[in-house]
Amino acid sequence: MIKANLETLPRSIQFVLALGAVALAAFPFVGTDFYTQMVTRMMILGIFAMSLDLLQGVTGLVSLGHAAYFGLAGYALAFLTPAGEAVSLWWTLPLAVLASGLAALIIGFFVVRTHGIYFIMVTMAFAQMVFFLFFDNKALGGSDGIYINFKPEATLFDLENKRVFYYFTLACLLGVYAFLRHLLWSPFGRALSGIRVNEHRMRAMGFGTFGYKLTAFTLAGALAGLAGYLWGAQTGYVNPELMGFHMSAHAIMMVILGGMGNFAGAIVGAFAFEYVLHAFKDLPAIGAFNTGKHWQLWMGLFIVAVVILAPRGLLGLTGRFLNRKEAGDA
Amino acid sequence: MREVLLSAKKLTKRFGGLAAVNEVSVDLWRDRIHAVIGPNGAGKSTLTNLLSGDLPPTSGQITLGGHDVTGGSPEAISRQGLGRSYQKTNIFPPFTVWENVRLAAQSRDAQQPWNPLRWLGRATNSATANARAERAIELAGLQARRNTVSGAASHGEQRQLEIAMTLATEPQVLLLDEPLAGMGVAEAERMVELLLQLKKDHAMLLVEHDIDAIFTLADHLTVMVNGTVIASGLPADIRADRGVQAAYLGEDH
Repeated sequence: MIKANLETLPRSIQFVLALGAVALAAFPFVGTDFYTQMVTRMMILGIFAMSLDLLQGVTGLVSLGHAAYFGLAGYALAFLTPAGEAVSLWWTLPLAVLASGLAALIIGFFVVRTHGIYFIMVTMAFAQMVFFLFFDNKALGGSDGIYINFKPEATLFDLENKRVFYYFTLACLLGVYAFLRHLLWSPFGRALSGIRVNEHRMRAMGFGTFGYKLTAFTLAGALAGLAGYLWGAQTGYVNPELMGFHMSAHAIMMVILGGMGNFAGAIVGAFAFEYVLHAFKDLPAIGAFNTGKHWQLWMGLFIVAVVILAPRGLLGLTGRFLNRKEAGDA
Repeated sequence: MREVLLSAKKLTKRFGGLAAVNEVSVDLWRDRIHAVIGPNGAGKSTLTNLLSGDLPPTSGQITLGGHDVTGGSPEAISRQGLGRSYQKTNIFPPFTVWENVRLAAQSRDAQQPWNPLRWLGRATNSATANARAERAIELAGLQARRNTVSGAASHGEQRQLEIAMTLATEPQVLLLDEPLAGMGVAEAERMVELLLQLKKDHAMLLVEHDIDAIFTLADHLTVMVNGTVIASGLPADIRADRGVQAAYLGEDH
């Protein structure tokens, strides 16, 4: 049995994704402010999950410390925003993304030399170091974190407006998706795919795989930074939890949940994860047993069920369901 | 004109106290096939791994196309013009036959992973890589199988694919580790034909167990036992060597 990634999206899935994009574009006109903000958060996590998918699904590098680059850009925005006024989006966003990319480049230089379980451990170790650097340092906000009193100033549009912020995030989501889908079929993307399947043979054929993996790690860190910047801007608050172990682990679960290696799955996974998490937290109490409080237990069971029933994630499951229907119609 | 393309001097590889390869010297010439034979555990595969950079030698020196590549990485040695195939099929099973070969050919385009221009544009649009892959596919006789998922191809086809991937990097020197292993008679015959055809422009090291094929192909024969060369010379002389007969050929014949 050859386990291939779902890289080429069948027409049926493309159609569903296009419907999803239309639904996202229309949502702020239907949804309340509360739900508009919730979907904004889902889209931000979608960008974060896609950035991890570049490593996990495409290159085969499972990073258990990806939240470090997410959080760093959020902190960059917090440090760049003065207490009494807004700061321009146009230079803080590139700078924050660059900061995350630079951190990923430096840490990546050490971690992409390792393989398998060691890679997982070393990425986690570096992320924990970053976490405690902020957690233990009052000058960096300490365990309480830092407030961002003003959303970035964009001149052309007003990010303080929730609907405008929503569309700005949607544009980022679609832009990152289009970029990564192109990248997947580029010479660089094909080489990353080859590294996932058989790095040994890639080297024997003359590919300097270190450079490829380091570039992928840096790029993934920078894109995680974009998501972290948006998160900081939306919530107006950053704390060390953003770079913590749980955030990294959630990202891995999102990618697995949606289906790895095609970026669309990462978005689906992020939305599903957030939605299900919300639903489990809202579960009613049964007698003295507060089911909502134990959401992590239900989440665990849910993930296990998806992995067993849909090895290619929710997107793969959708594809299977649609194809069966098509075959039935014919 | 014949020229030495690869020259290994007194290569030694120790694993702890065991010398898997012990002071072995090999010269590979263009238009010549140098076969290495020996019983299992003689160090043939280790020798191949030393020459390809998969393993660093404990001592000794390797010169490839006039450059000292001793201790070089597999990718550096590959780019210096060496191509190797593997005894155990070493392909990209989820990819099609074509994508396997195209990816090998892509390695000879400018790589530059950090260059954003290499992140856009479709990989399959590279005319140079496509031409290299096409040539390799034709040489290996896999035209009819290009869209087959390689993991689902037959064993013989996977062996052909091994060779096609090696050729797609347009090497000067070929290291072929048991290319005939597990092949049917007709497939093996075709492969022998191909190797004779490739011989003209390549220097070739052939590790093989098929004695008939070796005496058909080899211009020079080295016999290894326990990591050491016990005989090296023209195939006819080796066949007459009593020491070799006792150590190796006799057991098989």
